[in-house]
Amino acid sequence: MEHQKTSKQLLGELLDKHYADALHAKAEGKPVAWSTSIAPQELLETMGIHAVYPENHAAAIGARKHAQEFINHSEGKGYSVDICSYARVNLAYMDIQQCEAANIPLPDLIFCCNNICNTVIKWYENIAKELNVPMILFDPPFNHEYEISDQNVKYIKAQILHAITRLEEITGQKFDYDRFREVMKISSETSRWWKKASLLACAKPSPLNGFELFNYMAIIVCMRGTKEGLELFKLWHDELQEKKEKGVGPWKDGEEKYRVMWDGIACWPYLGDTYKVLKKYGINMVTSTYPDSWYIVYDENDLDGMARAYSSNYVNRNLAFGTDNIIGIVKDFQLDGIIYHSNRSCKLMDFRQFEVQRKVEASTGVSSVIFDGDQTDPRAFSLAQFETRIQALVEMMEAKKRMGGAFYE
Amino acid sequence: MYLGVDIGSSSSKAVLINRAGMVCGEGIVNIGTGSKGPQISVEQALRQAGIQRCDVRKCVVTGYGRLMYEGADRQITEISCHAKGVKFLWPTASTIIDIGGQDAKVIRVSINGIVENFVMNEKCAAGTGRFLEVMARVLDCRIEDLSGLAARGNPGVVISNTCTVFAESEVISQLAAGMSIEDVALGAHKSIAQRIAGLCNRIGIADAVVMTGGVALNHNVVTAIEKEIHHPIIRLEDPQAMGALGAAIFAREMEAGNS
Ligand code: SF4
Repeated sequence: MEHQKTSKQLLGELLDKHYADALHAKAEGKPVAWSTSIAPQELLETMGIHAVYPENHAAAIGARKHAQEFINHSEGKGYSVDICSYARVNLAYMDIQQCEAANIPLPDLIFCCNNICNTVIKWYENIAKELNVPMILFDPPFNHEYEISDQNVKYIKAQILHAITRLEEITGQKFDYDRFREVMKISSETSRWWKKASLLACAKPSPLNGFELFNYMAIIVCMRGTKEGLELFKLWHDELQEKKEKGVGPWKDGEEKYRVMWDGIACWPYLGDTYKVLKKYGINMVTSTYPDSWYIVYDENDLDGMARAYSSNYVNRNLAFGTDNIIGIVKDFQLDGIIYHSNRSCKLMDFRQFEVQRKVEASTGVSSVIFDGDQTDPRAFSLAQFETRIQALVEMMEAKKRMGGAFYE
Repeated sequence: MYLGVDIGSSSSKAVLINRAGMVCGEGIVNIGTGSKGPQISVEQALRQAGIQRCDVRKCVVTGYGRLMYEGADRQITEISCHAKGVKFLWPTASTIIDIGGQDAKVIRVSINGIVENFVMNEKCAAGTGRFLEVMARVLDCRIEDLSGLAARGNPGVVISNTCTVFAESEVISQLAAGMSIEDVALGAHKSIAQRIAGLCNRIGIADAVVMTGGVALNHNVVTAIEKEIHHPIIRLEDPQAMGALGAAIFAREMEAGNS
């Protein structure tokens, strides 16, 4: 009898396959796209165009502690140290095309959606220009109002339809609307299970060690529209559910003493170090802003819903929404603290961090700390400084617990 | 007796208190982590108190070098220790500005002494004691003399506060352009004050504001910060020892079992 795989094994296999398939497609002369992380991949999946995700790939290079050589290369070419380090890694990869993490083929098409930031526009334009490949840009406007306006939905929907036409022109193939319907269904379903699994961390103790979100995230980004992706999140959910029912916490060797949220991207070059510091103090990072970022859910065949969903991720929302979102997380996950990563790379995410921190603290009384770091540039982080801030957070959370905890409870 | 040791990047401080909370011995040395500084400061404090190391019932260590120090019963961050020490001496303190050798922080404390929030400078030394050291070097004076020089300066010289290396070259060009040492020293103090005011505003200032750390000994910097934040600042007699004092109080609480 075949031994059933764990979700962790499956995750590793799927990631290997994701990269192998891209290389294979390229070798067979099929088009490959480079896409931003929250883009309507449904269109590419429907067309059978293999997509790889430079942000994810740069993160993988960072996690293997090889970002520096790529960063040196880009900076040597004249890219400023102030540009997002994912961009600096990826733009160098485009030249070097060889790394310790899995390799990716060069793109035949650029697929860029600026719902995450504006940096991606210029970054991807540069790639398109240097490699002389077409670029499809989606431009969901920033939502200055609390909800997504109907005009915005209309505007984005028109872009999706236009992108379909462009894809037909580029590939010379007809867009298959039946297949599209199926992919839309799978994509929403995968997003639902991703969120459902990550919500199990609301249990006390949490069955999930939140650093795993950083690993599983790769699949919600890269394989959201595939059946395999969907199966993975169902399996992960069931494993966590079982742990939850048994009352099993996040670690085999240690008890969850404090529950925190991580705001922002991981520090990939120091993933293990940051994890160890938290674990040393019994801190479980139970959640982050990731579960919601890829909760891209809409009804099958509902293009308006799809347009709305791709405009709804929290970084594309206004301050009031961002704050309410975190206040909700504090309550749902019964947090003791929040760790804000002031990420040198990601201006958009940092921009409102202090104000969000102030508002969330005023509304919930939850302790929090901001540390300086960077997602992939190893020079912008100091482990000793990080530990001092985390330990101070522990002392604050401890004092608050003695006084009866945060006041949202 | 209870011992608190604060090991910073450029100085080491030790404070001994008795059961009643009275300071019985103190040692301050201007060398920090990785040196003999911590040991010397502890020896000074013991000598002053007239006791042996074995008479110390509990010891708490804090500061940048806390994780490397052996011989303490517990290590606690400088954030909590500064708050503890200041609250002991100044119970109405709500905002603590601490400028040490390599970092600057602003701590907000509640009425009952709990640290509510804190902010620290980013990686650059701008806004820290190290910035003043660099300034003293280019102005070719002792760090203790900076305050007196600035007191005689006229306002108007602007020095960058985002990067210490930038600031250094700015100072050199200001001097080359014929500005007086006094005016430049005042400009440097304003630069640090604006940087600190930025941290204060981030966290929200509430009276009483107390300043700790070695830089608090420079009266001119304290005055410059007061001007920027529009709040009076309480000057403590021994601002450098607050972290060590807080650590000693934690040591005493440890034994009382209520830490
Ligand atoms: S890390 Fe920030 S700046 Fe970089 S691509 Fe992502 S959203 Fe944009």
